[in-house]
Amino acid sequence: MSEHGTLGDGPGLQHQIDQWRTWVSRRDAISPDDVAELEDNLRGRIADLRAGGLDDEEAFLVAVRRLGSIDEISREFARVHSERLWKQLVLVPGSPPEADRRRRDLAVLLALAVGAGMAVKALLALGDDRSFALNVAFAVLPFLAAYFAWSRSLPRRVAGTLAAIAGGVALAVNLYPFATDGHGTATATTYTLAAAHLPVLLWFLVGVAYTSGAWRDHARRMDFVRFTGELAIYFTLVALGGGLLTGLLLATFDVVDIDVEPFVQDWLMPFAVPGAFLVAAWLVEAKKSVVENMAPVLTRVFLPLTLVLLVAALVALLAGGPLTGVDRNLLILMDAILLLVLALVLYSTSARDPEAPAGAFDWLQLALVVAALAVDAVALTAMVTRIADAGWTANKTAALGLNVVLLVHLVQTGRVLWRFVRERGTFGAVERWQTRYLPVYAAWAAVVVLVFPPVFSYT
Amino acid sequence: MRIDKDLVAASATPLVLGILADGDLHGYAILKRVDELSGGRMQWTDGMLYPLLHRLERNGLVRATWGLSEAGRRRKHYALTPAGQEALAQRRAQWEVVSDALHQVWSALPAPRAAEAWA
Repeated sequence: MSEHGTLGDGPGLQHQIDQWRTWVSRRDAISPDDVAELEDNLRGRIADLRAGGLDDEEAFLVAVRRLGSIDEISREFARVHSERLWKQLVLVPGSPPEADRRRRDLAVLLALAVGAGMAVKALLALGDDRSFALNVAFAVLPFLAAYFAWSRSLPRRVAGTLAAIAGGVALAVNLYPFATDGHGTATATTYTLAAAHLPVLLWFLVGVAYTSGAWRDHARRMDFVRFTGELAIYFTLVALGGGLLTGLLLATFDVVDIDVEPFVQDWLMPFAVPGAFLVAAWLVEAKKSVVENMAPVLTRVFLPLTLVLLVAALVALLAGGPLTGVDRNLLILMDAILLLVLALVLYSTSARDPEAPAGAFDWLQLALVVAALAVDAVALTAMVTRIADAGWTANKTAALGLNVVLLVHLVQTGRVLWRFVRERGTFGAVERWQTRYLPVYAAWAAVVVLVFPPVFSYT
Repeated sequence: MRIDKDLVAASATPLVLGILADGDLHGYAILKRVDELSGGRMQWTDGMLYPLLHRLERNGLVRATWGLSEAGRRRKHYALTPAGQEALAQRRAQWEVVSDALHQVWSALPAPRAAEAWA
């Protein structure tokens, strides 16, 4: 139609079409190409209607009505293209500059993953269980930190500081004269404690790299929390897939009587596990906003269930008479419960809209926090006298210290949540408390790693 | 006039395939052709044509290509594929049976009422 050429002359009409396009584009089932196609129809219809004597405004309104209900069209599109309602993760996007960047990112990451694998392999080659447990985190996490340093162009000063801290800690724990049983096997509990707390300390340093040095920033800290949760889930999924493949590999070679187990143990695992970890981290970075976060979804499922578990535990503790098994195992159990509750609260916090008013779910969170505190209080009161009697071993001190750290976190979480559900405080306060307290965990881990061994004379 | 939804749905595919058998067209041109063929008495909801075209494309009955309109905008053109021609032949045979039967029914009824209903 020759009238096509005159279209777009009226700025009012152009504006109306732009608004219409924005409105239609919001539907998940209607792709940008479909919008272009519908717009072509709309413009054709408007041109014909104007040629028939209608003015811009009337022509637009009639053409939109002729197009029909966008809801119905969207439903029809969804029926034809049901896959569109599932968010698709495009690992290497179509547009050239973005695709190049993503490919370069992946190449760097894969190189770092191989590096981590070689570091782990070299560590294993020492054949020393003791130094392996102490150093495995040093063999993997610096490569992840290096990836962040690269992808975020970390300032040299920050990178230098991080490397110096990590190096200093590595030097200290490797030079500590932990007690051994004479055959070189470490028997010192402070050694086990240090090995268990080291990854927490190093993870904090990774977090500093993740936030490109702005680790004091509340929002960036929350991003790192989200990243950590998603990484745990993606790593688990990648590991499950890897485990399945390895099982099939072993079974297949078993059929033809070739023993691949040494290969799997000595070569595949040292490279595959750190590799899976780094690739999972890359996936989380790549997906970020495209795919819904899983950790908050899981917390929604498990929060009510955990509340039931805690209430049952409380009843059992109170009804079970004198607590007989009061030892460090009970302390560790309590620590685990508090950690679980805090993780649930932290991840449901990370996904909540801070502007939304308090709802039933916030009350549920508060109930969970209160139940966890009650369980911990019962267990602790029963334990305090016994610990005083039996003296302070490294294990008990570590477990009790962690319990105190968790308790402070939980009590204050309960307070800000209470203020929020009573409409005396904002949800922002709940969020900020969560992120503000996080470095305390790193500080406690540092104490256990660096201060405990000398204090408990390396036993 | 208003035509029953089910009837539109049933006749849309053979109509679109038949119109495309005449030559490649873009969506809006197909709609205008339907208008012309029915003398303006059959008005589809414009937007619903596109999900139908996509379904036909997915089933391999039509092939779509992006081109440009006279005004230089992106425009999708549809063409019948060999499979589409086959489907059209099948549909045509089916519709001929139906319309033949209907025709006999109509001719057995008093003329004015039938004419009114189908005007």
